[in-house]
Amino acid sequence: MVTVLTDVRHARHIAEQVPDPELPMLTLADLGVLRAVEMTGDGTVVASLTPTYSGCPAMAEMRADVAARLRDAGYTRVEIRTVLDPPWTSDWITPEGRRKLAEHGIAPPGAAPHHAAGPVPLVLSPVRRTVACPRCGSADTEETSRFAATSCKALWRCLACREPFEYVKEI
Amino acid sequence: MSDDHVYMTLAEGHEDDSRWAYGTGFEDPLHGVDTTVPEGVDAGRLAADCVALADDALVSAQRLAEWTTRAPELEEEVALANIGLDLLGQARLLYARAGQVDGTGRDEDAYAYFRDAEDFRNVRLAELPCGDFAFSIVRLLVLSSWRLAHFEQLSAHPDPVLAAIAAKGVKELTYHRQYAAEWAVRLGDGTEESRRRTRTAMEQVAPYLGELFTAYDVRGEVVAVLRQVTEAAGLPMPVYRPLPGAGRAGERTEHLAPLLAELQSVARAHPGATW
Ligand SMILES: [Zn+2]
Repeated sequence: MVTVLTDVRHARHIAEQVPDPELPMLTLADLGVLRAVEMTGDGTVVASLTPTYSGCPAMAEMRADVAARLRDAGYTRVEIRTVLDPPWTSDWITPEGRRKLAEHGIAPPGAAPHHAAGPVPLVLSPVRRTVACPRCGSADTEETSRFAATSCKALWRCLACREPFEYVKEI
Repeated sequence: MSDDHVYMTLAEGHEDDSRWAYGTGFEDPLHGVDTTVPEGVDAGRLAADCVALADDALVSAQRLAEWTTRAPELEEEVALANIGLDLLGQARLLYARAGQVDGTGRDEDAYAYFRDAEDFRNVRLAELPCGDFAFSIVRLLVLSSWRLAHFEQLSAHPDPVLAAIAAKGVKELTYHRQYAAEWAVRLGDGTEESRRRTRTAMEQVAPYLGELFTAYDVRGEVVAVLRQVTEAAGLPMPVYRPLPGAGRAGERTEHLAPLLAELQSVARAHPGATW
């Protein structure tokens, strides 16, 4: 006899615990890419995921991970949906996610830029942002490269403790 | 599921698709997206628009990837590769959308690997060789400004999938343009040699501007950005000298076929291969 699990809260809990493949200290819920977990009338668990960046190579792995975890937990009918709208923003990284990033030596993002309707302005002297060193807390830091190992991170260094660190960019 | 079982995880999720890791065919980037074409939208035209925008992105991504191991600094190599990866992601979403709506059911690989140069509809500026760093930067400045301005328009497109792809792309193109603009100013306002090369690059892109402005009504915004950057860099504005023909109409330079030969060779030598 097959028992069909119908507890959507439990399914949501399972999906929320799946780690991000590129930032494994974060769950997909912490990162804000798990948009919804619902259950349809026939008992299918529908998990909705949104990509961080268009080119995020981990999307397929995230989908497969969520589906596998839900099946392992006994949910036999699982459907994964991709949600593109609204686009992911680093503002969706939860407070818990930000705390975990800092704990792992990665500076969490500041507030994402918002621009009013109309052409996106080009600012040639970008406002210098202050990023606190995740190790010693010093604000005496500088950007070494705006692009790093993954699209979502930049490389910075601390001038106080001399340590380099990664920084999740606001987008 | 631990990290070292990635293969198993992927394979498990795709029992129905054993081509799990060939090219990009192991997954549909629009997996589970509502594929309906709204009433009043011409599916053929929508598919053609998606393919042209995807071709621009794929060809640009390939050129940017050519800088890997050759850029002046490791940081710039990583930056150009990251920008290329974003564009590749945009191309995949757009090809997938085209395949959903053009009635052929083609996947992204069919568009990327199994069409010939004369079937591509990218603008010719995208396919020109990398040239020196100054040329690649100036080209990136022009193409990212142009694409950004058009993606802003497209984010209000009646097709919700194309609109969502564009809205997502706007965020990425904004920092692509930022990167290129800052470098263009640095080079133009740099040494005598970097200024000379950047000025030459501006002259080299000029003939290809015409077809960009014929394709989309974004001339005002692109010209404003170029004016802002050239003024800050102390460079002359590129002189508008349109070439006949257009990449959007299938006109190609001699440079696309060799680019595609490299891009497509493995997929064509081993159709349907998995590894
Ligand atoms: Zn420090």
